[in-house]
Formats: sequence, structure tokens, C-alpha cells
Amino acid sequence: MSEQYPALLVVVPLLSALLISAAGWLKKRLCFPIAVVALGVAAYASIGLLIRVLNEGVIIYRLGGWPPPWGIAYYVDHLNGLVLAVVSVVAFINLIASQKSIEEEFPEKTGAFYTLYVLMVTGLLGIVVTGDAFNLYVLLEIASLTGYGLIAMGQKDRAPLASLNYLYMGTIGACFYLLGVGYLYIVTGSLNMVDIARILPPLYQSKAVLTAFIICMVGVWLKMALFPLHAWLPNAYTYAPSASSSLIAPLMTKVMIYVMIRLILTVFTPQFAFSNLAISNSIVWLAVLAIVMGAILALAQTNLKKMLTYVIIAEVGYMVGGAWLGNRAGMTGAILHIVNDALMTLCAFMVVSNIVYKVKGYAFEDLKGLLRKMPFTMGAFVIGALSIIGVPPTCGFFSKWYLISGALKAGHYGFMVALLFSSLVNVVLFFRVLEISYYEPFSNHHVGDHHPEPMAEAPLTMLVPLIIVAAGLVLVGLYTGDIVNHIIQFAIPKGIV
Amino acid sequence: METIVSIKPLLAVLVSLLVVPILVSSRAPNVREAWTFVAAAAKFLIVASMVPTILNGAEIVYTVAEVIPGVAIKFRVDALGMLFALVSSSLWIVTSAYSIGYMRKLKEHSQTRYFCFFAFALSATIGVAFSANLLTLYLFYEMLSLATYPLVTHHQDPEARSSGRKYLLYIVGTSIGFVLPAMLIAYNLAGTLEFGRQGFLAGTGSKPLMALLLVLLVFGFAKAAIMPLHSWLPAAMVAPTPVSALLHAVAVVKVGVFSVVRVLTGVFGTEQLLALNFSPFILLAASVTILVGSFIALSQDNLKRLLAFSTIAQLSYIVLGVGLLSPKGMTGGMLHIAMHAFGKITLFFCAGAIFVATGKKNISEMTGIGRRMPVTMAAFFIASLSIIGLPPCGGFISKWYLVLGSLEAHQMPILFVLLFSSLLNAAYFMPFVYKAFFCAPHEAMFKNTVEEAPMFCVVPLVITALISIILLFYPQPFFRLASMMVQAITGT
Repeated sequence: MSEQYPALLVVVPLLSALLISAAGWLKKRLCFPIAVVALGVAAYASIGLLIRVLNEGVIIYRLGGWPPPWGIAYYVDHLNGLVLAVVSVVAFINLIASQKSIEEEFPEKTGAFYTLYVLMVTGLLGIVVTGDAFNLYVLLEIASLTGYGLIAMGQKDRAPLASLNYLYMGTIGACFYLLGVGYLYIVTGSLNMVDIARILPPLYQSKAVLTAFIICMVGVWLKMALFPLHAWLPNAYTYAPSASSSLIAPLMTKVMIYVMIRLILTVFTPQFAFSNLAISNSIVWLAVLAIVMGAILALAQTNLKKMLTYVIIAEVGYMVGGAWLGNRAGMTGAILHIVNDALMTLCAFMVVSNIVYKVKGYAFEDLKGLLRKMPFTMGAFVIGALSIIGVPPTCGFFSKWYLISGALKAGHYGFMVALLFSSLVNVVLFFRVLEISYYEPFSNHHVGDHHPEPMAEAPLTMLVPLIIVAAGLVLVGLYTGDIVNHIIQFAIPKGIV
Repeated sequence: METIVSIKPLLAVLVSLLVVPILVSSRAPNVREAWTFVAAAAKFLIVASMVPTILNGAEIVYTVAEVIPGVAIKFRVDALGMLFALVSSSLWIVTSAYSIGYMRKLKEHSQTRYFCFFAFALSATIGVAFSANLLTLYLFYEMLSLATYPLVTHHQDPEARSSGRKYLLYIVGTSIGFVLPAMLIAYNLAGTLEFGRQGFLAGTGSKPLMALLLVLLVFGFAKAAIMPLHSWLPAAMVAPTPVSALLHAVAVVKVGVFSVVRVLTGVFGTEQLLALNFSPFILLAASVTILVGSFIALSQDNLKRLLAFSTIAQLSYIVLGVGLLSPKGMTGGMLHIAMHAFGKITLFFCAGAIFVATGKKNISEMTGIGRRMPVTMAAFFIASLSIIGLPPCGGFISKWYLVLGSLEAHQMPILFVLLFSSLLNAAYFMPFVYKAFFCAPHEAMFKNTVEEAPMFCVVPLVITALISIILLFYPQPFFRLASMMVQAITGT
């Protein structure tokens, strides 16, 4: 059974999506349970897969038994084993937490929504698990197209336009990637990542390979919204329905970061990306720009959800910069931040879901008095905020530690200053939100007999997953040592020191 | 040196955190406060139970998790940490009693939140005291900043909001902006963050780099309120008085100086500081803070603000003592952590008691208060003697050792600073005390009847005032702990 985990990961959600679609016509009540089972199986399989990788090392699974480079191979090592576990667990937790808000926001379309949701998770898991560069493109399109759909189901006046904008940019990004893969295919005649990496070294000087690399990177950057290619993201994520944004925001950008790291580490090899090209330094400066601009733009927002979207743009800069520092500490930080940022973004967006569910809004003025009305939700928000700021023992601190450590080792002080700057800006961002929910509306508390507003928390099905995620932020932080020593350390090739 | 592995330090940290859920869920205030006392007593007993081991020259360690290669979240109880933990955990019991009197009499809102975050803050304080390395210390330092924010801004009015902003800006701004990068640079230099007898940074970098790190770390721990990063402390006085008393005279500010002392002794090491000749810089920063702080205190009319500036000055005594890098000076500095704590908390208790009983905050409105509240003002008098550094109070010993230390280090200007500052202390406390008791009948602003604050307010301040006196005659175990620590550092 466990030999089939790589296939189960993708096949079970894929078939379940069809089933949900059918159930949507016949019996709406069944949609949610099927989705839960499908993503539960995926989560179980991915964790099982991670454990197998930890015990046995790299796993190569040939779909249909066809040998590469002709057949599609799934290739699971420590890097994507970890990312798979994160993606599937995040998608699963968010699914459970979102049931209420999905049923409230579009009671008529639950079937369609769950179908798209599960299909998107299929796409994301597929992108991560596949060892085939072209197959990755196909799955990328599955994840993207479903993503456009999930976003377009949001606020009637804004979401379709935001989604269309995302569709244009996303399609361009995917096409760039495809074009790059095409170049690679022309020069190597292979689509299998490991195979390409084997054939490439003598071709490192080739202009075609260089073009392929640059085009692939630009495509991936577009999809991950690296500044200045970010303009599609804030509106798309803000106007999406709660359940979609808390799925897409934590996962889509992180999966694209994974693709970038996979291209650097496996397909083109670090030797080519860092040594032959000698563009790492400029790309880290690009990341610095992303961090600083993300932080500044976030400061200018007046609603919580949009503010968080700009925080994501800054976080993308963290990971791109860390990966391109070209040393072990930076790469460790980038990979660790994929895990941590997925969790903390999930936490923040789940908080937004809860607030929207109870308050019907996420503008700053809707947040007044929330600390008293929704103490548990806001408590989770505080933990998420601390993690995004980077306060120990939450996990955000430790990935930032590795990133700054990498910056110091590489002598890239600009990146270090940008990270510290962004931490400080995050303090301002999140405490501004907390201030509004804590102080306002002002009342005379000195008078002993004032009557506080009663508590009005989100339902337990939304609250419990949120609290689990918030607790997870601290736990993952405390287990950083184990995650790095047992997983991430093996995900980075020995050549990188 | 003998090292004992024991879970006690972790328990001492966690015990007040564990009680938080009970505090939240208790409906009746009396039950809630009873649990606060249980937690405070348990914490004190756990800390006290480790005292004999420490006095025997052993150390207690406990590792929670190794989070970064070579750096763990780890506790190590040594003499200095024990001294600080003993002071703060014992004073929490007293302050809890005082809080009951103060908060109930003033019918303050959100008392459950208040007691919860108090417990939370004490966990963090003990965590700092027992930290074995810079990362653990930083962790609990940040935790303390966040736990005290809701306490400082308890009133939730626009004034509290602006003070809260200032508080965060200074405290969190410096810890992220200064301490975090310094810590990373130090880690990259030394490969460890573990406090060592001779400092883990000894001999790892060039002098300019060390100077940079020293500046970042000394000013980065802004809770120590070394000028120019002091002005959060007067702003934080908007908090209810028990918060000012325990947190802004003992826990928070002492965590700041404690961190600075750890930086000087455990990160850089006294020998290296001597070799690099950094002592004058530390002494200068501390002296300026002492003198300027005292001068500003002279001009304050609001009693709590006066106490705040007095605290700013007194904190730098501790930095000054350790900065002298002479055994006697360091002993005096460390001892001052305890001596100042008991004196200053009494003064804050008195200020709060006066506010509870009369609603007055300004000194100019308190003429003749001694006749109305004789017990409170007697305690105030005793405590102010301790702060000035006069017998029969504990403050005398620490100041005596500071003076000896400055002679030992051949720092005559410091001697002048210490003596002049004592005069300034007397100049801002004594006129108030004098006017409280001796004023012409027409000046008196209160009726000639004794009407004290509630018992829950008065008894704690009498206790702390008495302890201030007792500490002169029986300064143990604080004196023993301070001299053990100095011995361990200097090897003499």
C-alpha cells in the first residue's frame, strides 16, 4: 500500500473531485464528506510518504510502470516530501474550518466550490510530487485554472475582475515556464528532471540553456508574485471568498517557491545557477526590493485582508532572497520558511475567515472591540502576528534566523537590513490592527459598572482548527531543530555550504 | 563546578502560566485571587528550593529543545539568576495582595485579564533569570514585553494607547532592531550563544566589531532604560500602580539591567572588556543616565513620574557597578538589584495607596498627607532612605560596595557621580516627606484624622519597608549570591 502513496496523493483527490461534482447535482450534503475523505487520504499518504523518505531516502515512482524519460516519474525526496506534507495538511485543516463559511457565502454552489477546491489541491500536490518538467506545467495549469475559479466566486463586483487580471498574468507566467521547458527539451531531448540535470552540464555555456533558465524563472516569479510582478495578487486574494483565500494564500506562492528551488537544485543544479550565472547577488537585491516594497505597501492599507496580501509579497521576497543567497543557511531558511509561512499565512487568513463570518467585513473599522468579542480568534491572530513578526518561540523567528544568518555568511547586508526592516514594519502593521480591536470603541473604563459587549465567537468547527494551527506555529518553532536536522539538511545538496 | 540536571527551573517558569486557564475560568474574584496566591507561593517555593543547591556552589541546568545547531532553549540557574528570581518571585506574592486592595477599591475593569497577564509576565521574568544562553533570554525578554503591554495599557483610553505605542516602539523596536542582529553576528562569530564564565565572545573578533556589538546589546535591551532609550518608562506610568510597582520597579526594568549584566559578564566577559578598555564607555553611559535621571526627577510633580525617573537613575547604578569591572563594584551592582527592588516597590506601593485613599497623584497636592496616612508615609520615608543609600536600610550596603568598587577601579569621577547622585536623591525625596509630616496647619490639605488605604494595600507596603530595613542587618542570601557570582566571574 505504502508503495502507492505517490500516486494516491494525486489520484484520490482527482477522482474525488469528479465524484463531488456529481454529488453536487444529486445530493449536496455528500460533497463535504467526500472532500474531507479525499483530502484526509491525501494528507495521510503525504505524511506516510514523508516518513518513508526519512527512513529510506529518495523514492522514485513510475506512473503506469513506464520508465523515464518516456514515462512520467514521481520523484520524492526530503524537499518535496516536506512540502507535500505541508500542502496536504494545510488544505485539509482549511477545508474543515471553511465548511461553515462556504455554506454561508454560496449555499447554491457548494458542489462546484468543493470540486474546484479538491481539484486545486490535486494540482498543487501534483506540482510538488512530480519529477517531470512538462507534467509540472500541466498540473500547474490545473491548480491555476481552479484557482481562478475559486477566486471569481468571491465578492460579486470585484472578484471576477481580479480573477481575470490574475488569469492574464498567471497564463503569461505559465506560458513562460512552458517555453523554458520547451527550450530545455530542444537541447536535452528529455523532460525528466533528473535526466535533464544529467544531460545539462556540458551544455552550461549554451545560450539556449541560459534562455531556458531565465524564462522559467520569470514564469515562476510571475506565479509567485515576486515584486514587481506582484500586481495581480492583492486584489485576487482580497476579493476571493474566505475559504478560497485561506487555501490559495498559504499554498500557491509557497508551491511556486518550491518549484523555483527545485529548478535551482535539481534541474539546473546549484553549480549552474549560483556559480556559472553569477546573477545571485542581483536577484537577492530584487528580493530586498520585494521585502521593502511589500512592507511599505502593506502600511498603506486600510483593511486587514489586503494588508495581509502585501505581507505575503514581502514574505515571497524572504524566500526568494534566502534561496538565492547561495549558501546552506540561506537555503535552509528559505525551505523552512515555506513550511512556516504556509502555516502562519493559513493562521492569519483563517482569522480573517472567522471575522468575516461573524462581523461581515474585514476593514479596519470593522475590527473595533473584537478582542473582547472574539478573544480566541484574536488570540490566534496574536500568535500568527508574532510568528510573522518573528518573535520566538513561534516558528517565524527561526526561519528568519536562518535567513539572516545566511545573509551574514554571504556578506549580503542589504538583505539582512531588509529582513529586520520588515520585522519592524510588521510590528507596526499588526499592533495597529490589535490596537483597533483592543481600544476602540473608547469607553470610560474607570467607571466600575460598565458593561462590556458579550462574547460572540465563531462556531467551534472554525475555532478549533484555528487554535490547532496557532498552537502548531509554536510547536513547529520548538521542533525547528528536528525539522532542520532530519529533513531540510538532506534536501540541500552537499555542494552548498 | 557541579552541574545538576533538574526540571525545577522549567517548573518555576511554567507554574504561573499553568494557572492562567484557571484564572480565566474562575467566576468568583475570590477564587481567582486565591489561585494567584497559589501560583505565586508555588513559584516562590520552587525557586527557594533551589537556593541551597546554588549556595553550595552547584548549578542547575535543564534543556528544553535544541532549536538551532549549538543553541538550545535551555535553563541554567546560577547565583546571579537565583538572586534575581528570588527577588521577583517573592515580591510577586506581596504585589498580588496589594493588587487585590488596589484594583478592588478602585473598581477597575477587566481584573481577570489583569491577573492573567501578571502571571504571564512573571513566567517570562523567571525565564529571563534562568536563561542559559542569549537566545533563551531573548525569547523570554520578548515574551515579557508582550505580556506587559496589556498591563501598561490597562485603562484602554487614548492616553494608554499612546503610552503603549511608545512602550512598544522603544522595547520591541530595539530588541528587533539591535539585539537580534547583534545576536546573529555573535552566533556567526562564536558558533554558540551560551553564557560563559569568560564570555563566549572572548577573542573572536576585532575591536571595532566588538564595540559595535557592545553598543547594540547594551542599548538594545532598552528595558534597562539607559539614556537616551529611557522615555518609555515614564510613559508606562499610565498603568495601574501595582503594575508600575512590580513591573516597572522590579521585573521589567530589572530584566533589562539583568540582561545588560549578562551581556557584560557572560557574552563579552569582564577580562575582555578590560583588555579592550570598554569600561569607560559603559561608565559614561551609566553616569549620564544617573545624573540626568536624578535631575529630571527633581522637577517632577507627579509622584509616579518622579519615581520613574528615580528608577531610571537607580537602574544605571547596577550597570555602573558591573561596568566598573572590579569585584567590589560588581558585587555592589548585583546587590543593588535586590536592594533597589525592595525600596522602590515600597515607594510605588505608597504612591498607589495615596491614590487609592485620596485620589491624588501630584506631590503639590499632598502637603500634610503624613497626618492622614502615617503608616504609608513612614514606609515611604524608610524606603526613600534605602534609595538614597542611608542606614538603616539595605540600600546602604549596595551603595557602600559601589563606592568601594569605584575606589578599587581607581575611578574617582564615578565616586563623585555616586555621591552627587545620593544628594540629588535626597533632594527629590526629602522635601516631600518633610512636607508630608511637618507643615503649618494652614498648609495641610487633609483633615487631621487617620484614614489609611485598605488593609490589602497597607500591609504589603509595611512588609516591603520592613524587609528593606532587615536587609541591612541580614543581607543574606542576596549578598552571598552576589559575591558567589562575582567570584565565579573573576576567579578570585
